[in-house]
Amino acid sequence: MSDSDEATAIQLIIDGTEVTGHAGQTILEIADSAGIYIPRLCWLENLTPFGACRVCVVRVNGRIHSACTLPATNGMVVENDTEELRGFRKNLIDMLFAEGNHFCMFCERSGACELQALAYRFGITAPTYPALFPHREIDATHPDILIDRNRCVLCARCIRASKESDGKGVFGFAGRGIQKHLIVSAEGGLAETNIDASDAAISACPTGTLLRKRTGFAVPVGERPFDRTPIGTEVESTTGPTPPHASTPTSTPAPAGKE
Amino acid sequence: MSAVRDEAVHEICARFGNDATRLLDVVRAINQRLDCIDGEAMEAIAEALHLTRADVEGVVSFYSFLSTRPHGNIVIRLCDDVIDKMKGADEIASEFEHALGIRVGETTPDGRISLTTTSCIGMSDQAPAALVNDVVLPRLSLSEVRRVVRLLQAHPDGTDLRSLLVDSYGGGNNAHDLVRSAVDNSIRQAGPVLFGHMERGAALRKALALSPVEVIRVVKASRLRGRGGGGFPTGVKWEHTRGGQDERYVVCNADEGEPGTFKDRVLLTERADLVFEGMTIAGYAIGAGHGVLYLRAEYAYLREYLEHVLRERRQAGLLGTGLGGRKAFEFDIRIQMGAGAYICGEETALIESMEGKRGQPRLKPPFPASHGYLDKPTCVNNVETYCCAARILEQGAPWFSALGSKASTGTKLLSVSGDCKRPGVYEVPFGISVRELLGLCDGTGAAAVQIGGPSGRMVPPSEFGRTICFDDLATGGAVMVFDQHRDLLEIASEFLRFFIHESCGYCTPCRVGNSLLKERLDRIRAGHGSTDDVGYLRDLSATIAATSRCGLGWTSPNPVLSTLDGFPGQYERRLRDASYSLEEDTREARLIRNGRANGRGSSEGGSAAETTGVDGSDRERREATDVSGEAKR
Repeated sequence: MSDSDEATAIQLIIDGTEVTGHAGQTILEIADSAGIYIPRLCWLENLTPFGACRVCVVRVNGRIHSACTLPATNGMVVENDTEELRGFRKNLIDMLFAEGNHFCMFCERSGACELQALAYRFGITAPTYPALFPHREIDATHPDILIDRNRCVLCARCIRASKESDGKGVFGFAGRGIQKHLIVSAEGGLAETNIDASDAAISACPTGTLLRKRTGFAVPVGERPFDRTPIGTEVESTTGPTPPHASTPTSTPAPAGKE
Repeated sequence: MSAVRDEAVHEICARFGNDATRLLDVVRAINQRLDCIDGEAMEAIAEALHLTRADVEGVVSFYSFLSTRPHGNIVIRLCDDVIDKMKGADEIASEFEHALGIRVGETTPDGRISLTTTSCIGMSDQAPAALVNDVVLPRLSLSEVRRVVRLLQAHPDGTDLRSLLVDSYGGGNNAHDLVRSAVDNSIRQAGPVLFGHMERGAALRKALALSPVEVIRVVKASRLRGRGGGGFPTGVKWEHTRGGQDERYVVCNADEGEPGTFKDRVLLTERADLVFEGMTIAGYAIGAGHGVLYLRAEYAYLREYLEHVLRERRQAGLLGTGLGGRKAFEFDIRIQMGAGAYICGEETALIESMEGKRGQPRLKPPFPASHGYLDKPTCVNNVETYCCAARILEQGAPWFSALGSKASTGTKLLSVSGDCKRPGVYEVPFGISVRELLGLCDGTGAAAVQIGGPSGRMVPPSEFGRTICFDDLATGGAVMVFDQHRDLLEIASEFLRFFIHESCGYCTPCRVGNSLLKERLDRIRAGHGSTDDVGYLRDLSATIAATSRCGLGWTSPNPVLSTLDGFPGQYERRLRDASYSLEEDTREARLIRNGRANGRGSSEGGSAAETTGVDGSDRERREATDVSGEAKR
């Protein structure tokens, strides 16, 4: 896109509401600025969109796309909050629970975990799919940081943040298919990498996979962001239509990162 | 060892210009040299190519033919696709295990020979088959296995395996000095387009007499559509790729990995000139200077021969500089080896792989026509498509479009395997019915025909009147015939196993969903399914097909969906248990209730009554979970 394109104002319709943005923006970005929440998990502001979790799928002119990656064009008609798409998204979130080993009740990120928050938003109280119970390695080699891969949803947010924000490249993926897993760029684990406890890569994790040691439970359970308001409220409370779920989003919740 | 490793890494990385986009070539060569790519090798490669170690490990761990753990200098890869299993692959595997004294997945104690399985190697018409390094062993028998193992054990590392193992050559170029393979072409029906008489260079000369725009006009007029299965109009693709000053590329997708497909193998063996000629014509049409043929690792045995054909074409003035043409034109082709990944047959995954990355499909848009190899405009077509394009330039668009049907012009090369007397390749006009095809291949006892491989459809006899063309049964060319003795749900489950193995794992629905789909299908197969599970399968399938990122996930539920549609009886027969399940469940519930009430598992007599409380309730719990299938996990 050239600079002149980016300045071009465009209009599109999301769930019947006319919204405006500019060329070069994705559907998700325009929806956000209009206060329309499109659920998402692997997307994180300021990182290159990845389109892997598929939670943000929308229907555009009849076809399914990930809203985080699809550039908006003038006149697009976008379906977002439909029964069909809610069903797909719920199944996708359910799949992520089945894929890993997610025990919210003793996870440090409970209440600040985006996966858990999405499950609550979609009314998932019990799993639909049988758990696959994979064997996942824990990496506690680093003095300040813990990796618990049991909770990893393979969103690549840490990979991208490490490369794009921290300028490092500490993380990556190995294997393929259901064997795909998070790796670090060293034979002997995280301790041998150049990661630092203040790196953006750690804050980028949407679940409890990457944790800073010795800071557990600083905020009591019950007082964490998603204990107070459902995920998505931060988008819906900016402008635009009234959120259908949370009736009293009084304070603006922090994003999933704890900072 | 460490010095040897460092030296090898240094030398091989330098050979590829320390260019990170050649990482796949680098790791292939190192894997071959060192029998694995261990952590220190990965670190050395990362340093030489200015990558992170995780980047290198990501690539090495992605491809089936690469390994981070040491393996033997000789690797025996047993093809484990459905057709090979039908033809006795399991017995062959046992015989190898017995003869070598190891299990599949292991290496002999002396560290020399590894035994493993691999997805379809493109030999379904001569199954069961295996690879020993690059050497193909088709039509394996138990005695052949023993002979091979004896020879391998008796000869030291470094022996030329081709000379050692291949005692008779297949027909045509399989007997060529640079091929020397036991593979058969099995060309059962030669048609006018692909197997008609051709003269090297004739099509290219005709193309060069036209302007590039005119060449594209001819291809468009022929209404040629992509032969890989997608069916996109070739001329339109070429048109989208041409124009502008940018460097651009012609890529030939010779990574046919769909189980049951082997027709490109035959074209590469017998019509290599035609393939390269088509690529060269495409290069002229779109204004490209470079072509790349991406050859699947399973066909490495053809590489030397293909390089030889390229050399001959250079000498004949059909590749290289000064090729003539109304517009000055130079063009050359290199061969890029794959490393064992079905997903790389997807054109953007193929491009990623060519760039030395994990073979993960890219987001589209942008399409390769504008952002392809090295981010330059790239035209990716199938082997057969390039062959067709060359013939169209040679014989004219009207000649081509007179063949086949209106929307599907020309002929199609089909790979036929399974329960038929004449497996092999058939060049047929588009529009042929399944029934006619079964007549040709003598598969008249067919109870089901899989058109398009696992990602295609299982067609029931009531639909054998349907035709093979883009508007009805579209296919890249795989046709698998199954008679009434085959268990179609077992086949569907095998297809899902294939997709689980070959999914790149990028997106949630394909990565996780296919495993879940197989779990429930297997539950039904085991007789533990309930009628609800049919809805479960359909709902899960719909999510996978709709939300996946690429064609693998869009089609991976097809084995389930097409058997549900075409063969509902196969499910109902197994779900019949479910009609009893209410009673079963009631009986189980009663047992559990009584067990709780009595503190023991007795009440209705029978074996449960004979057990004591604790044992009894354990047993009941086990039985109760069995009914819901939970115990299977």
